[in-house]
Amino acid sequence: MLQLNRVWKIYRVGAFGTKQLTAVRDVSFGIEPGEVVSLIGESGSGKTTIGRMVLRLNSITRGSITLDGNDISQVTGSGLKEYYRHVQGVFQDPFSSFNPIFKADRVFEMVKSQYFPRMKREAWWNKLDAALADVRLDPGTVLNKFPHQLSGGQLQRMLIARALLLDIRLLVADEVISMLDASTRIDVMNLLADLKARGLGILFVTHDLALGNYISTRTVILRKGVVVEMGETAKVFSNPRHPYTKNLLGSVPQLHRKWSEVAAELHLDDRSQVMHCDYHDRFPGECGRPAADPDQPNLVEFEPGHFVACAREAITESDLVTA
Amino acid sequence: MSLRVDNLRVYYRTLRGDVKALDGVTFRVADGEIMGIAGESGCGKSTLGKSLIRLDGRMRYIEGTVELDGEKLPVDDQEAMNRFRFTEVSIIPQYAMSAMNPIRKIGKMIAELLESRGYRYSGIKPELERRLDLVGLSREVLKRYPIELSGGMKQRMVMVISTLLNPSLLIADEVTSALDVSTQKAVAEALVDFRDRDFVKSMLVITHDISLVYQIADTIMVMYAGKLAEKASTQTIINAPKHPYTQLLISSLPEVGVKYADRQLTGIPGSPPGLLNPPVGCRFRDRCPLAFDKCVEEPPFVEVAPGHEVACWKAM
Repeated sequence: MLQLNRVWKIYRVGAFGTKQLTAVRDVSFGIEPGEVVSLIGESGSGKTTIGRMVLRLNSITRGSITLDGNDISQVTGSGLKEYYRHVQGVFQDPFSSFNPIFKADRVFEMVKSQYFPRMKREAWWNKLDAALADVRLDPGTVLNKFPHQLSGGQLQRMLIARALLLDIRLLVADEVISMLDASTRIDVMNLLADLKARGLGILFVTHDLALGNYISTRTVILRKGVVVEMGETAKVFSNPRHPYTKNLLGSVPQLHRKWSEVAAELHLDDRSQVMHCDYHDRFPGECGRPAADPDQPNLVEFEPGHFVACAREAITESDLVTA
Repeated sequence: MSLRVDNLRVYYRTLRGDVKALDGVTFRVADGEIMGIAGESGCGKSTLGKSLIRLDGRMRYIEGTVELDGEKLPVDDQEAMNRFRFTEVSIIPQYAMSAMNPIRKIGKMIAELLESRGYRYSGIKPELERRLDLVGLSREVLKRYPIELSGGMKQRMVMVISTLLNPSLLIADEVTSALDVSTQKAVAEALVDFRDRDFVKSMLVITHDISLVYQIADTIMVMYAGKLAEKASTQTIINAPKHPYTQLLISSLPEVGVKYADRQLTGIPGSPPGLLNPPVGCRFRDRCPLAFDKCVEEPPFVEVAPGHEVACWKAM
């Protein structure tokens, strides 16, 4: 459905844009209906930039993003409005997504005036009630309230309900859970899982590996704008191949295993095992150097549905020492 | 016994009345112990941490005593507490990222800080440099401004400053929540290392991330709505919790090493009660799947096994 083809994003920074910052480098992956793809990375890995490019909030420097084969970077005006009918986003901080001066349900009214101006009130209310029921909110408790009268979880669910009012096919969920409490976050997660079961594609952007493991069908691990490992969630999490992925998994606090046990399991002390490069086993060449052929893929299919990048590409010694 | 807290109550003043954020808390922390304090937001865990060092303007001390190394801490008297702050009790604040003076070089700032407490910077500098080496910061950072440091570096810098005078008690309030996973691990391990090297005697690690305290704490205390729900050794809390709130909290946590093919975790329905007029009896009653008639009476916080205290009628 949605496909990213060798997408780059280069920001101009510094005085008069004299410096360049490559936020996303040569990223390709796709999302199919009924699939949750989680983009996992630390801060500065470009995960949010990718989400914003999909939502057309940032321009694409190189490469293309297509929805059903149509390039989305060129659509404007009514075409863009039509695109937003299918693709919507929900962001991290629910409180800043709402205007505190107006009642929270104004976001629904704005959808109606933009997309359903001719719909009868009666039909609209039924539609709204159905959308709120889908996110397990009671219309009586959330309508006609100001944002500060509602909890973060309720607001976040209202934003998802707002997206559901349109015929969305892809939801970009950028750190939607991070501001919520432990006891409510799992409800929002399960809600996303329900939407997935209904055939929605979800791009789940997160820094939390546990959440990615819980919800996603496929995982993309990003580091400094580069995909280092990608594949079916079960394969990536049970058999991480890239040293960066191993380090990440070794650093996540787990509930029933101490850090030292996990490190032993992943052989994090054994440098030769950690730095073993699956990519250059398949593609001849030297680790850490750019490929001779620019069209050579930057990921190798290590096992069916599990891709990994060169172990030494973009990884420096100091990165491994600190982790 | 390093820290004894007895029946501590601290309320927040608001126009509509007192918010009972910390409502009668009693516990002990032994020498060399790292105690994790976990709970949802608004359960009083940060209030507890703050009230042991400094009550801000909205907070009102009601009753209770705090004793550190056999000496009573005057938590209700802000002037008298000055003698203990930084030297005996120290805190790594929740927003350590913005805790440093932005217009002073870090070394200058530390010098001013030490002089205000009557210490000489030149006397302490060798020790400061040794500790910078320990947490992996170069000595050059003392000549830099805070803005030049990354988040993880700032967090480690604040850690070094807070523990510079070897306080007896260190309060670490959500120190890792704003960090990336790999820096999170480094900071958490540095906390344990500081304890092992006797820079601090005991530590309260306040966090909402129960899996993080599992990694570093010796005991875990779970709070709910201004009261203690359960306290036990880390292994007991994670593997055999007795309070239904602890059980639900742990079972609602997704994990990395588990496969969730079609299995769904469940959250805790409802939300914590407002603390302006907290309900009588057990405060978890409305959300508790095990609630029964007796829960209208308030359960006492009692020891059910050696070192395992719970406030629940069902656990007794």
